[in-house]
Amino acid sequence: MRRTYADLHLCTNFKDYQKVSRIMGKASKLGYRLIGITFPPNSSNEEIQKIRSICAEAKIDLVSRVDLKPRKSKELIYDLRRLRRKFEIIGVSCESKDVARQAAKDRRVDLLNFSTFDFRRRFFDRAEAELASNSLASLEVDMKFLLTLEGVARIRLLSALRRETAIAREFHVPIIISSGVSEDMLMRRPRELAALASLFGLDEVVAVEAVSANPLKIVKRNREKLSPKFVAPGIRVIREGKDC
Amino acid sequence: MKRIKRRYLALEVELDGAVDSKELMNAIWGAILKLYGEYGASLAGLSLIEYDAAEKLAVLRTSHAVVNMVRTALASITKIGDKSAAVHVLTVSGTIKALRKKLKL
Repeated sequence: MRRTYADLHLCTNFKDYQKVSRIMGKASKLGYRLIGITFPPNSSNEEIQKIRSICAEAKIDLVSRVDLKPRKSKELIYDLRRLRRKFEIIGVSCESKDVARQAAKDRRVDLLNFSTFDFRRRFFDRAEAELASNSLASLEVDMKFLLTLEGVARIRLLSALRRETAIAREFHVPIIISSGVSEDMLMRRPRELAALASLFGLDEVVAVEAVSANPLKIVKRNREKLSPKFVAPGIRVIREGKDC
Repeated sequence: MKRIKRRYLALEVELDGAVDSKELMNAIWGAILKLYGEYGASLAGLSLIEYDAAEKLAVLRTSHAVVNMVRTALASITKIGDKSAAVHVLTVSGTIKALRKKLKL
């Protein structure tokens, strides 16, 4: 069976339909079948549906995603309550330890993202991983910075990623490899992203899972939860009517 | 003596404008040197077998043992000369004949 590849983090301007169409065409050519686009929290359902139809033309399944950057954990909880049922994927950019810990233990958070440039604000340590392993959060690695950074900055990033992915594997926290790009020239094939992951110590099998099975699992789980037939994990409405 | 196993990589070069084979090889060597240093580059045994500048397709030969290293280096290329570029690996094969066959399919 052919593997389905996914990139959950494309940062394109969703109002520029031509660019979205071009990027989706390219993603399809590169072998992706599932693409996540980051939408602003206030975007309407009509806008998302419009992008979904553009993606369908390129045989791409669109996943709506929102990235939250709360300053305090209370803000995160408020945003999650407001947005969880609107978007299929919720990523949290953890700018403080308080937010990182809340995001890791909250089952409504799908992806944990950490600062690339400020290494003191990368809070993915063993405590964070333990919390994440008991909830549903995954560690997301944006590969864009491995392509754009050079010299000492890239060395430091690789070092941090090597440490964090080792912790994630130890605590069985799923790792998601995304591109995080906004320009089509920086888009890479899924296998190329997996190859780049070898730079921070992921072996080929784990890296390929991180661009295929792991993101698909999150999307499948969330779509099931967002479906009107969902009642609770493992319970769903199968028939409605007077004879039930 | 043990036979050296090789791998042939079919590459697609993506960039605006044209690039010659020398510039392409410089970019590939540069990427390997940057990521793996001179020692790593010495293991690669890289050789450009053919390059079609019009179609922007190339065939690169490398050692079997370091094919993943070469794939990583190719994925990290963002510029060729002074132009923004990307190099994609289309397929990998053990012989040029099999590589051509795979590309035609």
